[in-house]
Amino acid sequence: MARSHKPIVWSLFAAGGTFAAFVTPAMIVVSGLAISIGLLPAEALAYDRMLALLQNPFGKGFAFLTVFLPAWHAAHRLRITAHDFGIRADLIVAAVCYGLATGATLLAGGALLRL
Amino acid sequence: MTERHVQLEILRYDPETDEVPSFQTYRVPCQEDWVVLDAINYVKDEMDRSLSYRWSCHMAVCGSCGMMINGEPMLSCKAFVRDLPDKIRIEPLANFPIERDLVVVMDDFMDKLSSVKPYLVARRDKPVDDGEHLQLPAQLKKFKQYTLCINCTLCYSACPQYAHDETFVGPAALALAHRYNLDSRDVGRAARADVVASNDGIWECSFVGACSDVCPHGVDPAAAIQQTKIASTLDYFIEPLTPGRKG
Amino acid sequence: MSRRPYTRTVSAASWWLAQPRYIRYMGREVSCVFIGAYTAVVVIGLIRLAESGAAWGAFVAALQTPASLIFHGFALAFALYHATTWFNVTPKAMPVQIGDIVLPDSVIIGAHYAAWAVVSGLLFYLAGG
Repeated sequence: MARSHKPIVWSLFAAGGTFAAFVTPAMIVVSGLAISIGLLPAEALAYDRMLALLQNPFGKGFAFLTVFLPAWHAAHRLRITAHDFGIRADLIVAAVCYGLATGATLLAGGALLRL
Repeated sequence: MTERHVQLEILRYDPETDEVPSFQTYRVPCQEDWVVLDAINYVKDEMDRSLSYRWSCHMAVCGSCGMMINGEPMLSCKAFVRDLPDKIRIEPLANFPIERDLVVVMDDFMDKLSSVKPYLVARRDKPVDDGEHLQLPAQLKKFKQYTLCINCTLCYSACPQYAHDETFVGPAALALAHRYNLDSRDVGRAARADVVASNDGIWECSFVGACSDVCPHGVDPAAAIQQTKIASTLDYFIEPLTPGRKG
Repeated sequence: MSRRPYTRTVSAASWWLAQPRYIRYMGREVSCVFIGAYTAVVVIGLIRLAESGAAWGAFVAALQTPASLIFHGFALAFALYHATTWFNVTPKAMPVQIGDIVLPDSVIIGAHYAAWAVVSGLLFYLAGG
Protein backbone atom coordinates (compact mmCIF):
# COMPACT_ATOMS: atom_id res chain seq x y z
CA MET A 1 0.00 0.00 0.00
CA ALA A 2 1.16 3.51 -0.66
CA ARG A 3 0.21 6.87 0.76
CA SER A 4 -2.87 8.26 -0.88
CA HIS A 5 -3.13 11.58 -2.71
CA LYS A 6 -6.63 12.10 -1.35
CA PRO A 7 -5.41 14.90 0.98
CA ILE A 8 -5.45 17.23 -2.01
CA VAL A 9 -9.19 16.93 -2.61
CA TRP A 10 -9.97 16.31 1.01
CA SER A 11 -8.48 19.62 2.15
CA LEU A 12 -10.71 21.37 -0.41
CA PHE A 13 -13.63 19.29 0.84
CA ALA A 14 -12.94 20.30 4.44
CA ALA A 15 -12.41 23.98 3.64
CA GLY A 16 -15.48 23.99 1.41
CA GLY A 17 -17.60 22.26 4.01
CA THR A 18 -16.60 24.78 6.65
CA PHE A 19 -17.33 27.70 4.31
CA ALA A 20 -20.63 26.17 3.24
CA ALA A 21 -21.65 25.60 6.86
CA PHE A 22 -20.98 29.17 7.95
CA VAL A 23 -21.88 31.15 4.83
CA THR A 24 -24.22 29.22 2.51
CA PRO A 25 -27.44 29.28 4.57
CA ALA A 26 -27.35 33.09 4.84
CA MET A 27 -26.41 33.38 1.16
CA ILE A 28 -29.39 31.24 0.15
CA VAL A 29 -31.72 33.42 2.19
CA VAL A 30 -30.26 36.67 0.90
CA SER A 31 -30.13 35.67 -2.77
CA GLY A 32 -33.07 33.34 -3.18
CA LEU A 33 -35.67 33.99 -0.50
CA ALA A 34 -35.31 37.33 1.32
CA ILE A 35 -36.84 39.60 -1.31
CA SER A 36 -39.77 37.29 -2.06
CA ILE A 37 -40.70 37.02 1.60
CA GLY A 38 -40.14 40.70 2.31
CA LEU A 39 -37.03 40.48 4.49
CA LEU A 40 -35.05 42.62 2.07
CA PRO A 41 -36.13 45.37 -0.33
CA ALA A 42 -35.93 44.63 -4.06
CA GLU A 43 -33.09 47.20 -4.33
CA ALA A 44 -30.83 44.79 -2.42
CA LEU A 45 -30.21 42.89 -5.67
CA ALA A 46 -30.27 45.95 -7.97
CA TYR A 47 -27.81 45.88 -10.87
CA ASP A 48 -25.85 48.99 -9.88
CA ARG A 49 -25.63 47.84 -6.29
CA MET A 50 -24.38 44.37 -7.25
CA LEU A 51 -21.75 45.87 -9.56
CA ALA A 52 -20.61 48.19 -6.78
CA LEU A 53 -20.34 45.24 -4.36
CA LEU A 54 -18.46 43.01 -6.77
CA GLN A 55 -16.22 45.41 -8.61
CA ASN A 56 -13.83 45.74 -5.69
CA PRO A 57 -11.23 43.04 -4.83
CA PHE A 58 -12.91 42.01 -1.57
CA GLY A 59 -16.28 41.51 -3.20
CA LYS A 60 -14.72 39.61 -6.08
CA GLY A 61 -12.72 37.47 -3.69
CA PHE A 62 -15.70 36.63 -1.54
CA ALA A 63 -17.90 35.90 -4.54
CA PHE A 64 -15.21 33.61 -5.93
CA LEU A 65 -14.95 31.73 -2.65
CA THR A 66 -18.74 31.39 -2.56
CA VAL A 67 -18.46 29.35 -5.74
CA PHE A 68 -15.01 27.73 -5.48
CA LEU A 69 -15.15 26.26 -1.98
CA PRO A 70 -18.69 24.82 -1.87
CA ALA A 71 -18.27 23.53 -5.45
CA TRP A 72 -15.25 21.40 -4.54
CA HIS A 73 -16.88 20.32 -1.28
CA ALA A 74 -20.01 19.21 -3.12
CA ALA A 75 -17.97 17.55 -5.86
CA HIS A 76 -16.00 15.36 -3.46
CA ARG A 77 -19.05 14.47 -1.41
CA LEU A 78 -21.00 13.64 -4.56
CA ARG A 79 -18.21 11.28 -5.59
CA ILE A 80 -18.48 9.47 -2.24
CA THR A 81 -22.30 9.49 -2.41
CA ALA A 82 -22.26 7.88 -5.84
CA HIS A 83 -20.17 5.09 -4.33
CA ASP A 84 -22.65 4.82 -1.43
CA PHE A 85 -25.49 4.39 -3.92
CA GLY A 86 -23.65 1.47 -5.50
CA ILE A 87 -21.96 3.17 -8.47
CA ARG A 88 -18.52 1.63 -8.51
CA ALA A 89 -16.89 3.32 -11.53
CA ASP A 90 -14.91 5.65 -9.26
CA LEU A 91 -12.53 7.09 -11.87
CA ILE A 92 -15.39 8.14 -14.15
CA VAL A 93 -17.43 9.52 -11.24
CA ALA A 94 -14.41 11.44 -9.94
CA ALA A 95 -13.72 12.86 -13.39
CA VAL A 96 -17.32 14.03 -13.75
CA CYS A 97 -17.54 15.49 -10.24
CA TYR A 98 -14.21 17.31 -10.24
CA GLY A 99 -14.82 18.30 -13.85
CA LEU A 100 -18.05 20.03 -12.82
CA ALA A 101 -16.23 21.78 -9.98
CA THR A 102 -13.50 22.89 -12.36
CA GLY A 103 -16.12 24.19 -14.76
CA ALA A 104 -17.87 26.14 -12.01
CA THR A 105 -14.54 27.58 -10.86
CA LEU A 106 -13.55 28.70 -14.35
CA LEU A 107 -16.96 30.13 -15.25
CA ALA A 108 -17.20 32.06 -11.99
CA GLY A 109 -13.63 33.32 -12.26
CA GLY A 110 -14.19 34.38 -15.84
CA ALA A 111 -17.41 36.22 -15.02
CA LEU A 112 -15.81 38.01 -12.06
CA LEU A 113 -12.87 39.11 -14.19
CA ARG A 114 -15.29 40.62 -16.72
CA LEU A 115 -17.08 42.69 -14.05
CA MET B 1 -37.99 -13.70 39.74
CA THR B 2 -40.50 -13.71 36.92
CA GLU B 3 -39.81 -15.72 33.84
CA ARG B 4 -40.50 -14.58 30.30
CA HIS B 5 -40.55 -16.76 27.24
CA VAL B 6 -38.68 -15.37 24.28
CA GLN B 7 -38.31 -16.79 20.80
CA LEU B 8 -34.73 -16.93 19.60
CA GLU B 9 -34.31 -17.17 15.82
CA ILE B 10 -30.72 -18.19 15.37
CA LEU B 11 -28.94 -18.38 12.03
CA ARG B 12 -27.40 -21.85 11.79
CA TYR B 13 -24.76 -23.05 9.34
CA ASP B 14 -22.94 -26.35 9.27
CA PRO B 15 -20.18 -26.22 6.65
CA GLU B 16 -20.19 -29.99 6.32
CA THR B 17 -23.89 -30.38 5.52
CA ASP B 18 -25.42 -26.99 4.61
CA GLU B 19 -25.34 -25.14 1.32
CA VAL B 20 -26.67 -21.93 2.83
CA PRO B 21 -27.34 -20.75 6.39
CA SER B 22 -30.91 -20.98 7.70
CA PHE B 23 -32.79 -19.86 10.79
CA GLN B 24 -33.73 -22.20 13.60
CA THR B 25 -36.20 -21.19 16.31
CA TYR B 26 -35.89 -21.91 20.03
CA ARG B 27 -38.38 -20.97 22.75
CA VAL B 28 -36.39 -20.05 25.85
CA PRO B 29 -37.64 -19.24 29.37
CA CYS B 30 -35.60 -16.21 30.45
CA GLN B 31 -35.01 -14.78 33.89
CA GLU B 32 -35.51 -11.03 34.37
CA ASP B 33 -31.80 -10.28 34.64
CA TRP B 34 -30.66 -12.43 31.73
CA VAL B 35 -28.62 -11.24 28.82
CA VAL B 36 -28.90 -12.78 25.36
CA LEU B 37 -25.77 -14.83 26.08
CA ASP B 38 -27.59 -16.51 28.99
CA ALA B 39 -30.43 -17.44 26.64
CA ILE B 40 -27.99 -18.85 24.08
CA ASN B 41 -26.20 -20.82 26.81
CA TYR B 42 -29.59 -22.20 27.85
CA VAL B 43 -30.20 -23.36 24.27
CA LYS B 44 -26.82 -25.11 24.18
CA ASP B 45 -27.15 -26.66 27.63
CA GLU B 46 -30.77 -27.75 27.51
CA MET B 47 -32.01 -27.82 23.94
CA ASP B 48 -29.39 -28.16 21.22
CA ARG B 49 -25.81 -29.09 22.01
CA SER B 50 -24.75 -28.56 18.39
CA LEU B 51 -25.01 -24.75 18.57
CA SER B 52 -21.58 -23.12 18.16
CA TYR B 53 -20.63 -19.62 19.32
CA ARG B 54 -17.81 -17.71 20.99
CA TRP B 55 -17.97 -16.29 24.49
CA SER B 56 -15.75 -16.02 27.53
CA CYS B 57 -15.86 -13.36 30.23
CA HIS B 58 -19.61 -12.64 30.26
CA MET B 59 -18.80 -9.10 31.41
CA ALA B 60 -18.01 -7.13 28.23
CA VAL B 61 -14.24 -7.05 28.56
CA CYS B 62 -13.02 -9.93 26.39
CA GLY B 63 -14.76 -9.01 23.16
CA SER B 64 -15.57 -12.62 22.19
CA CYS B 65 -19.37 -12.72 22.10
CA GLY B 66 -20.20 -10.18 19.40
CA MET B 67 -23.23 -11.05 17.25
CA MET B 68 -26.06 -9.38 15.33
CA ILE B 69 -29.08 -9.06 17.63
CA ASN B 70 -32.16 -7.89 15.73
CA GLY B 71 -29.87 -6.48 13.08
CA GLU B 72 -27.62 -4.52 15.42
CA PRO B 73 -24.06 -5.63 16.27
CA MET B 74 -23.89 -6.12 20.03
CA LEU B 75 -22.03 -8.05 22.70
CA SER B 76 -24.48 -10.79 23.63
CA CYS B 77 -23.31 -10.54 27.25
CA LYS B 78 -24.31 -6.88 27.32
CA ALA B 79 -27.70 -7.19 25.58
CA PHE B 80 -30.34 -7.50 28.27
CA VAL B 81 -33.34 -9.63 27.29
CA ARG B 82 -35.64 -7.24 29.18
CA ASP B 83 -34.69 -4.50 26.68
CA LEU B 84 -35.58 -6.68 23.70
CA PRO B 85 -38.88 -7.79 22.13
CA ASP B 86 -40.25 -11.34 22.45
CA LYS B 87 -38.70 -12.35 19.12
CA ILE B 88 -34.93 -12.04 19.02
CA ARG B 89 -33.14 -12.64 15.74
CA ILE B 90 -29.54 -13.68 16.29
CA GLU B 91 -27.00 -13.83 13.48
CA PRO B 92 -23.22 -13.97 13.29
CA LEU B 93 -21.42 -10.62 13.07
CA ALA B 94 -22.06 -8.96 9.70
CA ASN B 95 -19.34 -8.43 7.10
CA PHE B 96 -17.34 -11.49 8.15
CA PRO B 97 -17.53 -14.94 6.54
CA ILE B 98 -19.45 -17.47 8.60
CA GLU B 99 -17.30 -20.32 9.86
CA ARG B 100 -20.09 -22.23 11.60
CA ASP B 101 -23.34 -21.09 13.27
CA LEU B 102 -22.49 -17.86 15.13
CA VAL B 103 -18.73 -18.20 14.70
CA VAL B 104 -17.15 -15.90 12.10
CA VAL B 105 -13.76 -15.95 10.40
CA MET B 106 -11.64 -13.26 12.05
CA ASP B 107 -8.43 -13.71 10.05
CA ASP B 108 -8.83 -10.51 8.04
CA PHE B 109 -9.25 -8.45 11.20
CA MET B 110 -6.19 -10.02 12.83
CA ASP B 111 -4.13 -9.16 9.74
CA LYS B 112 -5.41 -5.59 9.73
CA LEU B 113 -4.50 -5.15 13.40
CA SER B 114 -0.90 -6.21 12.93
CA SER B 115 -0.54 -4.18 9.75
CA VAL B 116 -0.76 -0.84 11.60
CA LYS B 117 2.32 -1.55 13.77
CA PRO B 118 0.38 -1.55 17.07
CA TYR B 119 3.45 -1.11 19.30
CA LEU B 120 5.62 1.72 20.50
CA VAL B 121 8.13 2.90 17.93
CA ALA B 122 10.51 4.81 20.17
CA ARG B 123 13.03 7.43 19.11
CA ARG B 124 15.81 5.04 20.04
CA ASP B 125 16.06 1.76 21.83
CA LYS B 126 15.99 2.53 25.52
CA PRO B 127 17.87 -0.04 27.62
CA VAL B 128 16.12 -1.10 30.81
CA ASP B 129 18.90 0.43 32.93
CA ASP B 130 18.06 3.86 31.53
CA GLY B 131 14.75 3.72 33.38
CA GLU B 132 11.20 4.26 32.28
CA HIS B 133 9.68 6.57 29.70
CA LEU B 134 8.23 9.49 31.61
CA GLN B 135 4.73 10.59 30.75
CA LEU B 136 2.53 13.26 32.29
CA PRO B 137 -1.14 12.57 33.11
CA ALA B 138 -2.10 15.14 30.44
CA GLN B 139 -0.08 13.22 27.84
CA LEU B 140 -1.76 9.96 28.86
CA LYS B 141 -5.17 11.59 28.65
CA LYS B 142 -4.60 12.40 25.00
CA PHE B 143 -4.68 8.77 23.93
CA LYS B 144 -6.22 6.88 26.87
CA GLN B 145 -9.64 6.59 25.24
CA TYR B 146 -8.17 4.72 22.25
CA THR B 147 -6.54 2.11 24.49
CA LEU B 148 -9.93 0.82 25.59
CA CYS B 149 -10.60 -1.27 22.47
CA ILE B 150 -11.36 -4.93 23.26
CA ASN B 151 -11.15 -6.05 19.61
CA CYS B 152 -14.77 -7.18 19.57
CA THR B 153 -15.14 -6.07 15.88
CA LEU B 154 -18.68 -4.76 16.33
CA CYS B 155 -17.38 -1.66 14.52
CA TYR B 156 -16.47 -3.70 11.42
CA SER B 157 -19.98 -5.13 11.39
CA ALA B 158 -21.52 -1.69 11.54
CA CYS B 159 -19.29 -0.12 8.87
CA PRO B 160 -20.89 0.02 5.40
CA GLN B 161 -17.53 0.74 3.76
CA TYR B 162 -16.09 -2.49 5.18
CA ALA B 163 -19.28 -4.26 4.12
CA HIS B 164 -18.60 -3.39 0.49
CA ASP B 165 -14.81 -3.39 0.47
CA GLU B 166 -12.92 -5.96 2.50
CA THR B 167 -9.65 -4.19 1.82
CA PHE B 168 -10.61 -1.32 4.14
CA VAL B 169 -8.25 -1.37 7.11
CA GLY B 170 -11.23 -0.67 9.35
CA PRO B 171 -12.24 1.30 12.45
CA ALA B 172 -10.59 -0.68 15.26
CA ALA B 173 -7.23 -1.03 13.51
CA LEU B 174 -7.18 2.68 12.63
CA ALA B 175 -8.20 3.64 16.17
CA LEU B 176 -5.34 1.50 17.47
CA ALA B 177 -2.89 3.20 15.10
CA HIS B 178 -4.17 6.54 16.38
CA ARG B 179 -3.59 5.37 19.97
CA TYR B 180 0.09 4.93 19.19
CA ASN B 181 0.36 8.04 17.02
CA LEU B 182 -0.92 10.12 19.95
CA ASP B 183 1.35 8.46 22.51
CA SER B 184 4.13 10.87 23.55
CA ARG B 185 6.58 7.97 23.72
CA ASP B 186 6.02 7.08 20.06
CA VAL B 187 7.50 8.49 16.84
CA GLY B 188 6.01 5.93 14.46
CA ARG B 189 3.39 8.01 12.63
CA ALA B 190 5.43 8.08 9.43
CA ALA B 191 6.12 4.34 9.66
CA ARG B 192 2.40 3.62 10.02
CA ALA B 193 1.37 5.98 7.25
CA ASP B 194 1.93 3.50 4.43
CA VAL B 195 -1.05 1.54 5.70
CA VAL B 196 -2.96 4.16 7.66
CA ALA B 197 -2.76 6.97 5.10
CA SER B 198 -3.36 4.73 2.09
CA ASN B 199 -6.51 4.57 -0.01
CA ASP B 200 -7.50 1.46 1.94
CA GLY B 201 -6.80 3.16 5.24
CA ILE B 202 -8.40 6.33 6.56
CA TRP B 203 -9.35 7.51 3.06
CA GLU B 204 -11.86 4.69 2.60
CA CYS B 205 -13.83 6.12 5.53
CA SER B 206 -16.75 8.42 4.74
CA PHE B 207 -17.55 9.22 8.37
CA VAL B 208 -20.81 7.33 8.65
CA GLY B 209 -20.06 7.09 12.37
CA ALA B 210 -21.86 3.78 12.90
CA CYS B 211 -18.66 2.28 14.29
CA SER B 212 -18.62 4.70 17.21
CA ASP B 213 -22.36 4.19 17.76
CA VAL B 214 -21.99 0.47 18.36
CA CYS B 215 -18.66 0.46 20.23
CA PRO B 216 -19.30 -1.00 23.71
CA HIS B 217 -16.42 0.91 25.28
CA GLY B 218 -16.67 4.43 23.89
CA VAL B 219 -13.44 4.19 21.91
CA ASP B 220 -14.94 6.39 19.17
CA PRO B 221 -12.99 5.03 16.19
CA ALA B 222 -14.77 7.52 13.90
CA ALA B 223 -13.18 10.40 15.80
CA ALA B 224 -9.80 8.66 15.63
CA ILE B 225 -10.09 8.37 11.86
CA GLN B 226 -11.17 11.98 11.31
CA GLN B 227 -8.31 13.23 13.50
CA THR B 228 -5.93 11.05 11.50
CA LYS B 229 -7.29 12.52 8.26
CA ILE B 230 -6.42 16.00 9.46
CA ALA B 231 -2.98 14.91 10.70
CA SER B 232 -2.26 13.04 7.46
CA THR B 233 -3.38 15.98 5.35
CA LEU B 234 -1.04 18.29 7.23
CA ASP B 235 1.75 15.72 6.87
CA TYR B 236 1.07 15.46 3.14
CA PHE B 237 1.59 19.16 2.56
CA ILE B 238 4.23 19.87 5.19
CA GLU B 239 6.51 16.83 4.77
CA PRO B 240 7.80 17.71 1.29
CA LEU B 241 8.74 21.13 2.66
CA THR B 242 10.57 19.78 5.72
CA PRO B 243 12.75 16.81 4.77
CA GLY B 244 14.37 15.07 7.69
CA ARG B 245 11.72 16.11 10.19
CA LYS B 246 10.98 13.22 12.50
CA GLY B 247 7.37 12.00 12.76
CA MET C 1 -13.39 -31.53 9.66
CA SER C 2 -13.61 -29.46 6.48
CA ARG C 3 -13.93 -25.67 6.43
CA ARG C 4 -16.27 -23.98 4.00
CA PRO C 5 -16.85 -20.40 5.17
CA TYR C 6 -20.03 -18.78 3.87
CA THR C 7 -19.87 -15.18 2.69
CA ARG C 8 -23.01 -13.08 2.95
CA THR C 9 -23.53 -10.24 0.47
CA VAL C 10 -24.89 -6.77 1.13
CA SER C 11 -26.65 -4.72 -1.54
CA ALA C 12 -24.39 -1.95 -2.78
CA ALA C 13 -27.33 0.31 -3.64
CA SER C 14 -29.89 -0.24 -0.87
CA TRP C 15 -27.79 -1.12 2.22
CA TRP C 16 -28.64 2.22 3.80
CA LEU C 17 -32.36 1.46 4.06
CA ALA C 18 -31.67 -1.14 6.75
CA GLN C 19 -31.20 1.28 9.65
CA PRO C 20 -32.30 4.83 10.60
CA ARG C 21 -28.70 5.86 11.28
CA TYR C 22 -27.74 4.93 7.71
CA ILE C 23 -30.72 6.85 6.31
CA ARG C 24 -29.70 9.95 8.28
CA TYR C 25 -26.16 9.55 6.93
CA MET C 26 -27.44 9.44 3.35
CA GLY C 27 -29.52 12.54 4.05
CA ARG C 28 -26.39 14.33 5.17
CA GLU C 29 -24.52 13.16 2.09
CA VAL C 30 -27.31 14.12 -0.31
CA SER C 31 -27.19 17.68 1.07
CA CYS C 32 -24.19 18.18 -1.22
CA VAL C 33 -26.46 17.90 -4.26
CA PHE C 34 -28.42 20.97 -3.16
CA ILE C 35 -25.30 22.87 -2.18
CA GLY C 36 -23.87 22.05 -5.60
CA ALA C 37 -27.08 23.10 -7.33
CA TYR C 38 -27.17 26.40 -5.42
CA THR C 39 -23.53 27.00 -6.37
CA ALA C 40 -24.55 26.50 -10.01
CA VAL C 41 -27.26 29.13 -9.54
CA VAL C 42 -24.61 31.54 -8.19
CA VAL C 43 -22.37 30.84 -11.19
CA ILE C 44 -25.23 31.57 -13.57
CA GLY C 45 -25.97 34.75 -11.65
CA LEU C 46 -22.36 35.92 -11.94
CA ILE C 47 -22.37 35.22 -15.67
CA ARG C 48 -25.64 37.18 -16.14
CA LEU C 49 -24.27 40.04 -14.02
CA ALA C 50 -21.19 40.25 -16.25
CA GLU C 51 -23.40 40.19 -19.36
CA SER C 52 -25.69 43.21 -18.93
CA GLY C 53 -28.23 44.93 -16.71
CA ALA C 54 -31.06 43.34 -18.68
CA ALA C 55 -29.61 39.84 -18.30
CA TRP C 56 -29.18 40.38 -14.57
CA GLY C 57 -32.72 41.73 -14.30
CA ALA C 58 -34.10 38.61 -15.99
CA PHE C 59 -32.06 36.45 -13.62
CA VAL C 60 -33.40 38.26 -10.53
CA ALA C 61 -36.95 37.96 -11.89
CA ALA C 62 -36.43 34.21 -12.36
CA LEU C 63 -35.26 33.97 -8.74
CA GLN C 64 -38.67 35.12 -7.62
CA THR C 65 -40.73 32.49 -9.44
CA PRO C 66 -42.48 29.79 -7.35
CA ALA C 67 -40.18 27.08 -8.74
CA SER C 68 -37.13 29.04 -7.64
CA LEU C 69 -38.61 29.64 -4.19
CA ILE C 70 -39.32 25.95 -3.72
CA PHE C 71 -35.79 25.05 -4.83
CA HIS C 72 -34.22 27.61 -2.51
CA GLY C 73 -36.42 26.37 0.33
CA PHE C 74 -35.07 22.86 -0.10
CA ALA C 75 -31.55 24.19 -0.59
CA LEU C 76 -31.81 26.14 2.67
CA ALA C 77 -33.11 23.11 4.57
CA PHE C 78 -30.26 20.92 3.31
CA ALA C 79 -27.69 23.69 3.85
CA LEU C 80 -28.84 23.99 7.47
CA TYR C 81 -28.70 20.20 7.88
CA HIS C 82 -25.17 20.28 6.48
CA ALA C 83 -24.23 23.09 8.89
CA THR C 84 -25.63 21.38 12.00
CA THR C 85 -24.07 18.00 11.16
CA TRP C 86 -20.76 19.73 10.36
CA PHE C 87 -20.70 21.65 13.65
CA ASN C 88 -21.69 18.55 15.62
CA VAL C 89 -18.73 16.52 14.42
CA THR C 90 -16.09 19.26 14.72
CA PRO C 91 -15.25 18.39 18.38
CA LYS C 92 -14.65 14.80 17.26
CA ALA C 93 -12.34 15.78 14.42
CA MET C 94 -10.56 18.51 16.37
CA PRO C 95 -10.65 17.87 20.10
CA VAL C 96 -9.18 20.64 22.22
CA GLN C 97 -7.15 19.63 25.27
CA ILE C 98 -5.62 22.29 27.46
CA GLY C 99 -3.39 20.67 30.06
CA ASP C 100 -5.51 18.03 31.75
CA ILE C 101 -8.81 19.45 30.64
CA VAL C 102 -10.61 18.44 27.45
CA LEU C 103 -13.05 21.09 26.25
CA PRO C 104 -16.59 19.68 26.34
CA ASP C 105 -18.19 19.07 22.94
CA SER C 106 -20.98 21.50 23.75
CA VAL C 107 -18.51 24.36 24.19
CA ILE C 108 -16.93 23.80 20.79
CA ILE C 109 -20.28 23.32 19.07
CA GLY C 110 -21.77 26.33 20.85
CA ALA C 111 -18.87 28.50 19.72
CA HIS C 112 -19.52 27.41 16.12
CA TYR C 113 -23.21 28.32 16.32
CA ALA C 114 -22.27 31.70 17.81
CA ALA C 115 -19.81 32.35 15.00
CA TRP C 116 -22.42 31.21 12.49
CA ALA C 117 -24.94 33.68 13.90
CA VAL C 118 -22.40 36.52 13.68
CA VAL C 119 -21.43 35.65 10.09
CA SER C 120 -25.04 35.28 8.99
CA GLY C 121 -25.98 38.58 10.62
CA LEU C 122 -23.05 40.31 8.96
CA LEU C 123 -23.96 38.94 5.52
CA PHE C 124 -27.56 39.97 5.97
CA TYR C 125 -26.50 43.45 7.03
CA LEU C 126 -24.14 43.83 4.08
CA ALA C 127 -26.92 42.70 1.75
CA GLY C 128 -28.99 45.63 2.88
CA GLY C 129 -31.12 44.23 5.61
